[in-house]
Amino acid sequence: MQFGIFTVGDVTTDPTNGRTPTEHERIKAMVAIALKAEEVGLDVFATGEHHNPPFVPSSPTTTLGHIAARTERIVLSTSTTLITTNDPVKIAEDYAMLQHLADGRVDLMMGRGNTGPVYPWFGQDIRQGIPLAIENYALLHKLWREDVVDWQGRFRTPLQGFTSTPRPLDGVPPFVWHGSIRSPEIAEQAAYYGDGFFANHIFWPKEHFQKLINLYRERYAHYGHGTPEQAIVGLGGQVFMRKNSQDAVREFRPYFDNAPVYGHGPSLEEFTKETPLTVGSPQEVIDKTLTFRETFGDYQRQLILVDHAGLPLKTVLEQLDLLGEEVVPVLRKEFAAGRPADVPDAPTHASLVAARDTETVTADLPA
Amino acid sequence: MNTLKLVVVSAGLSQPSSTRLLADRLAEATRQSLGDAGRPVDVRVVELRDLATDVANNMVTGFPSAALREALEAITEADGVIAVTPIFTASYSGLFKSFFDVIDNTALTGKPVLIAATGGTARHSLALEHAVRPLFGYLRAIVVPTAVYAASEDWGTAGDDRTDGLASRITRAAEELAGLMGGRAATTEPAETVVPFEQQLAALRSA
Repeated sequence: MQFGIFTVGDVTTDPTNGRTPTEHERIKAMVAIALKAEEVGLDVFATGEHHNPPFVPSSPTTTLGHIAARTERIVLSTSTTLITTNDPVKIAEDYAMLQHLADGRVDLMMGRGNTGPVYPWFGQDIRQGIPLAIENYALLHKLWREDVVDWQGRFRTPLQGFTSTPRPLDGVPPFVWHGSIRSPEIAEQAAYYGDGFFANHIFWPKEHFQKLINLYRERYAHYGHGTPEQAIVGLGGQVFMRKNSQDAVREFRPYFDNAPVYGHGPSLEEFTKETPLTVGSPQEVIDKTLTFRETFGDYQRQLILVDHAGLPLKTVLEQLDLLGEEVVPVLRKEFAAGRPADVPDAPTHASLVAARDTETVTADLPA
Repeated sequence: MNTLKLVVVSAGLSQPSSTRLLADRLAEATRQSLGDAGRPVDVRVVELRDLATDVANNMVTGFPSAALREALEAITEADGVIAVTPIFTASYSGLFKSFFDVIDNTALTGKPVLIAATGGTARHSLALEHAVRPLFGYLRAIVVPTAVYAASEDWGTAGDDRTDGLASRITRAAEELAGLMGGRAATTEPAETVVPFEQQLAALRSA
């Protein structure tokens, strides 16, 4: 099981002192957070992609390439890569390049984006969101698996005899997750390809996501990739911790009350009851996270949001210390206990290369 | 025969409220009309005043609280709905509109709905026709022909040569609603359907 963090990359005023970081400070903070995530033993760092203020991460492969050069072990990912408005050819090239530079420590999560005007800004029609996600990904999938591609689709210039370079590292494309918070079509898409499905359930009650994940698991089995329990599921999470639960609540409340997305709405207490948000001691975070398995089944990747709503960098780094020292080691042990042996881990470059080689060997054996 | 489900949405704010009073009269008349036809009905009242904060929070967070979710589900599963709002500033109240803004836009499709409103003066009675009826038209509900407006004076008069009194308008609207509800097949949970991926891809190729 993998544990990591995902960042939205928002530039938000700290409500406790009115200070707003500059874009430069926020970008550097993202890097510092990623380096710290590796230092404390987390497995994944994922960055969002946005094309409007107050968000800074418009260029994920630049960010991740820089982080790749300064880390050794952590897997670099996205949350999400806009499959609707990016040219799939450019995604194929950029992420294959990143995959080489990072020696395979790369996967990515496809998403449709949630900012309406991004579609017209990039020459697309938001009403075509799902068809764009389907067609663009079909092309991306092909570009990484076929050396010479002829292509004609509805949304982009046709390709004749096109080769996307560099070719994926060791001939094995980066693993892909598909993120969705409401569309069964995307769960179906992930299942069809045998890709991962990531449900960022941090803002909504769990019942809604149970349906979506169950659908993905069923269809994953339908397409012959394994049993429903072997489908590759990722979940979001959101925490704020202090040793003492009351201290966590007191310190986080102004950030919660003024947060973009859910601020000025329900109380912290109501929101923590209805959603995965946990504000309290490390033990409370452990307890809440373990309930995810009861709700959704054994899963492969847990990403946690720790650096938004104007929290200062120093505080975020302290959160990572707590995650690395007190939370994740316990979660690793607890999640491993009782996990059926045939439930796979999240695919990595090494495991995908090994799987490919096994298949090749099996195929070569005389019948 | 199955017991029918009738959900009454009342957006009155004062307690007691004339909006709730009108809602209760309409519900009772509908129950009687269905009863006469041998159809038992369960009546459930949703007071939006009790859900006002939840509705606002849903606007902010994008998801309903447990109490609001339960009310939304009751309406989605209902065989008929009576929706009553006070007329504020020449239209439905903001709370009434907000509630129907957060409900799924297919929840009322094909559902019989009786619309009604209260106001201080009869001069705003057409708000039902120019504001409330189009709202339910958008939601593809089947709105009964008689919309019931009760001005303050209606509670103390019996109508005149040109206008039926409130009591007879209530009865007429309730009978229209009961007629539509009685003719409905039992509400069944629509099965979740997935369009197989090959079909989604093929649809793109053929376009």
